[in-house]
Amino acid sequence: MSLLEVKGLTRRFGGLIAVNDFNIELGEHELVALIGPNGAGKTTVFNLVSGFYQPSEGSISFKGKDTKGLRPHQVTGLGVARTFQGIRLWGEMNVLDNIRVAQHYTLGYSLLDCFLRTKNYLLREKAIDTIAWELLEAMDMKDCAYELPRNLSYGLQRRVEIARAMSLKPSLLLLDEPAAGLNSADVEGLIKLVRWIYDTFPVTIWMIEHQMKVVMSLCSRIKVVDFGTTIADGTPHEIQTNPTVIKAYLGDDTI
Amino acid sequence: MQKHSFTIAMIASMAVLTALAQFGFINQYIQSVIMLMGVNIILSASLNLVNGYMGEFSCGHGGFMCVGAYASSVMTVLLFSKNQILGAPLLPESMALFAFPLALAVGAAVASVAGLIVAVPSFKTRGDYLAIITLAANYMVISAIDNLEIIGGPRGFMGMNATVNAMNSVVNIPWMLIWVILGTIFSVWILRRFVSSTLGKGVPAICQDEIAAEIMSVDTNRMKLIAFMLSSGLAGLAGGLFAHILGYVNPHSFDIMKSTEVMVMVYLGGMGSLSGATLSAVLFTLLLEVLRPLEIWKWVVIPLLLILLMQFRPEGLMGNKELSDLFPKLRKYYSFK
Repeated sequence: MSLLEVKGLTRRFGGLIAVNDFNIELGEHELVALIGPNGAGKTTVFNLVSGFYQPSEGSISFKGKDTKGLRPHQVTGLGVARTFQGIRLWGEMNVLDNIRVAQHYTLGYSLLDCFLRTKNYLLREKAIDTIAWELLEAMDMKDCAYELPRNLSYGLQRRVEIARAMSLKPSLLLLDEPAAGLNSADVEGLIKLVRWIYDTFPVTIWMIEHQMKVVMSLCSRIKVVDFGTTIADGTPHEIQTNPTVIKAYLGDDTI
Repeated sequence: MQKHSFTIAMIASMAVLTALAQFGFINQYIQSVIMLMGVNIILSASLNLVNGYMGEFSCGHGGFMCVGAYASSVMTVLLFSKNQILGAPLLPESMALFAFPLALAVGAAVASVAGLIVAVPSFKTRGDYLAIITLAANYMVISAIDNLEIIGGPRGFMGMNATVNAMNSVVNIPWMLIWVILGTIFSVWILRRFVSSTLGKGVPAICQDEIAAEIMSVDTNRMKLIAFMLSSGLAGLAGGLFAHILGYVNPHSFDIMKSTEVMVMVYLGGMGSLSGATLSAVLFTLLLEVLRPLEIWKWVVIPLLLILLMQFRPEGLMGNKELSDLFPKLRKYYSFK
């Protein structure tokens, strides 16, 4: 059974068709890229898959379950985590709390437990804490646990955002332009990080990315969209030589 | 020592205050100022959950206080005093000690249900629009009670003194002072436990980035429901205490003026700081009393002080920091959990 199955996904905003008849099937433990020129509808696809928008037509099923009508936090609870194109960390909370709060779906205690500080509460808070610290340790960010995100460099903020998404223990990780705004050293670090996450966790990674270096060195499969429609799907090599893709990016060679 | 010092300090100060009041070292006036201070602490701490931690602008806190005040007053009058409409007392005076906290709890519960008027619209609305809804909720409560003749309508409602007297007939100590102090400690403690838990940190997450919160698995509707209901429930508790301190309530003592007063305390103390809310409630109550000789000029001086404060320290006295963040050394002496 495939992990994510998107069939005939369409999303209209008034007269604009942002996504048109989009299909994709992702299996367990894959690394796939979604590329396309600006405004092609890539982020809209992610917003639809993460439950932030409801599809106008078509269906999204995750682990065999139709996500129609679910609220975003419920979709996330099924195991879809994502990062954002512009970083969206909680700015007034330190890094550790950012990672802790993201575990809301697996809190495992009630409001009453919280007021009474029951055994269950203490156990669960400890477990949440452990997950957060393990993740910070593994991602080499223990030093900035008590920093506010806005005091960190852009590259580090990205890493925190990815750590926050990973704390959900997702089976599908959506990365929306993880390399945007990073300098070349940070991009190298990011490639290593994504590779490490892929090797360490049983997770399928689906990323939107404009930097071909990142896409080509990480992904085994690439899907190209333009104006909401899929124009190509294949291995990095196939995509590089695909005339439709070249046309979409560079324009027609006949003037 | 560090673990229990706070509890010990609280119990000790309560015992000392009660003893002072009992043996006549502090007069009725000072007692009532202390009690009002307690009520104000509950109000500003509870409003801080919504206005400070959640970043919404709720300006109808007085309405929920009013609901709590009336609900608990009706309870105690029904149980312990003779009323023309509600009839003879249902319980003997000896039960008052157990029934009174129960009545306060009922008041708080009814007020937190009233909080739904604001909580449910908050799922879809936010910011200025939600502020208008909270304002409307305040007016709704006031005019509903204004038109309920059975509980006195605009003339107000009284008879709560019978319950206080009943408690005094069991053991003659200043009960209201004790209940106010207990209620205040309870409120601040429950809020502290909530906002310091991972569950409670979902509330500032909504304030800082609601979309990220929703995507990162925080059930924002549930968090808003909890925040509004907890906040209005505690306001109801404050209302219940207030009604029994005065022995008389009038719907118009809970109008927009009262809500504004509470808001002033929240912004004075700093949004998202419980120690700030407590401190500012104490200062504000004292300020109102100290400036009493100025009579009407009081309402020129206090707003002026506020303007100056907002000019020179817009984040309030404490910002969003707690006392132990500003003075880390204090952590050695107490922990408040």
